[in-house]
Amino acid sequence: MPEETTNGTPMIEVQDLAKWYGTTEALRQVSFSVQKGEILGFLGPNGAGKTTTMRILTGYMPPSSGTARVAGYDVFYDSIEVRKRIGYLPETVPLYPEMTVWDYLDFCARLRGVTEPDAAIERVMEMTGIGERADWLIGKLSKGYRQRVGIAQALVHNPEVLILDEPTIGLDPKQIIEIRNLIKSLAGDHTIILSTHILPEVSQTCSRVLIINDGTIVAEDTPERLSARVRGAEHIHLQVAHPAPEIPAELEKVQGVLGVRVKTNGVYEIETNLGTDRRAEIAAMVVQRGWGLLELRPLSLSLEEVFLKLTTTEEMPQ
Amino acid sequence: MRNIWAITLRELKAYFVSPIAYVVSALFLVAMGYLFALILINSREASLRYLFNNMIFVLLIVAPALTMRLLAEEQRMGTIELLLTSPVHDWQVVLGKFLGSFILFVVMLLAPTLYYVLILQVFGPPDYGPILTGYLGFVLLGAAYLAVGVFGSSVTQNQIIAFFVSLVILLLMWIADAAMGVFGTSALSDALAYIALPRHFSDLFRGVLDTTDIVYALSIVAIFLFLATQVLQTRRWR
Repeated sequence: MPEETTNGTPMIEVQDLAKWYGTTEALRQVSFSVQKGEILGFLGPNGAGKTTTMRILTGYMPPSSGTARVAGYDVFYDSIEVRKRIGYLPETVPLYPEMTVWDYLDFCARLRGVTEPDAAIERVMEMTGIGERADWLIGKLSKGYRQRVGIAQALVHNPEVLILDEPTIGLDPKQIIEIRNLIKSLAGDHTIILSTHILPEVSQTCSRVLIINDGTIVAEDTPERLSARVRGAEHIHLQVAHPAPEIPAELEKVQGVLGVRVKTNGVYEIETNLGTDRRAEIAAMVVQRGWGLLELRPLSLSLEEVFLKLTTTEEMPQ
Repeated sequence: MRNIWAITLRELKAYFVSPIAYVVSALFLVAMGYLFALILINSREASLRYLFNNMIFVLLIVAPALTMRLLAEEQRMGTIELLLTSPVHDWQVVLGKFLGSFILFVVMLLAPTLYYVLILQVFGPPDYGPILTGYLGFVLLGAAYLAVGVFGSSVTQNQIIAFFVSLVILLLMWIADAAMGVFGTSALSDALAYIALPRHFSDLFRGVLDTTDIVYALSIVAIFLFLATQVLQTRRWR
């Protein structure tokens, strides 16, 4: 029954997952699925339920109710089968400071039954760029290197599924780019879930985003469509060479244009109906009237704004 | 099996990069050497039974010191998350840890005492029967104590607390039969007599090989490793 994840059936399937810590509900009826080879981003503020979801998927803790399946195996009933297929980087990287990088990776490989540990270790050290630190004690490594050792550990048994909890936390910008590129290069062969509270991270690495707040999924879409959905209307940026006072009124006559704002001299922001593209008409008008078209482009909100909007509107009722 | 061994091996390496293995075994051997010399001079008897009887007490303190780190430190450091999300059963984690401390115990604490036998051999050939059963008792006693220690280490993330939890359990087991009189001749006093540690091992140290004593030691190991596994499992539910 399991293993048939290549054609259509999702690699990870979560149904109505809930988790209670005593009387606090950390997760409520969360459902989502991840296809093979996808990179799914979990986005949400601290305490939203990202780590809880990941811990349930990795078999660290059972859900209070609901089901989760990885590669067709139930995370509760076939926990060991699930764990064989998952590489997990927890939020606090589980490192033994008194071990060398090589010994640590060797331990992780053997723990997961890797048949040729040496080759596997060479491979992941190359991938994560920690080759020259093989004989260092983990306790002596910088934060960036520790994070990479943590990722190497998650990859050492070449798992089908990778679950990374805040993989780029504490890294410098150059390392962040390296790790993101590494994660992107792993997609396809691996199915990846990564959590973050840093917005550019999801737009740069993920093919799909899941925004969690307060234990529930607030939104789920591609990074691009998500920002379009929040926009509610399309905005167009227009710059002309010869600004004239009648321009806004004239532009509003174009069909589908809802409003025009003057931003600075010669720069306008035009709001149009959602799903309509009025750039051709606008361009034609500008050229026809001789206003001198300098620039015309659609504006899209950054994910940062999406996120702020989503979480703040969710928090408003309180 | 291979993943249990991976955990055992990591534990053994960890013992030797921290001073604990050296300090504990050195102190144990000092205490044992002192007792060996003292008993030999006073009794002039070519046997190890008095020494072994004293060891029941010495190990009471030494064994929890060897095991206090095992699971407590994993929980404090968060590395337990690595173990519990790897494809190993909880009991394999516990067994791997136990075996690590047990191998250290045999190599660093038990093996060096074999030279006492050599000394006895030089000055007056001893009766090897009680010495063989005595060493069997030594191994079983160590295993039972270390299993209690693994349990103590599972209940907390603090090594000092782990040490004292194990020490108190062992002390209570050591003196369990002291309360026998209170209950007269009842099933309870029989039970207390059975629980008491020294009764079972003094037979072995005297040269009496009784299967109930071996079963006793092995069941202590099984019970406490089982309990430690249960504690680890309940951690998942919190």
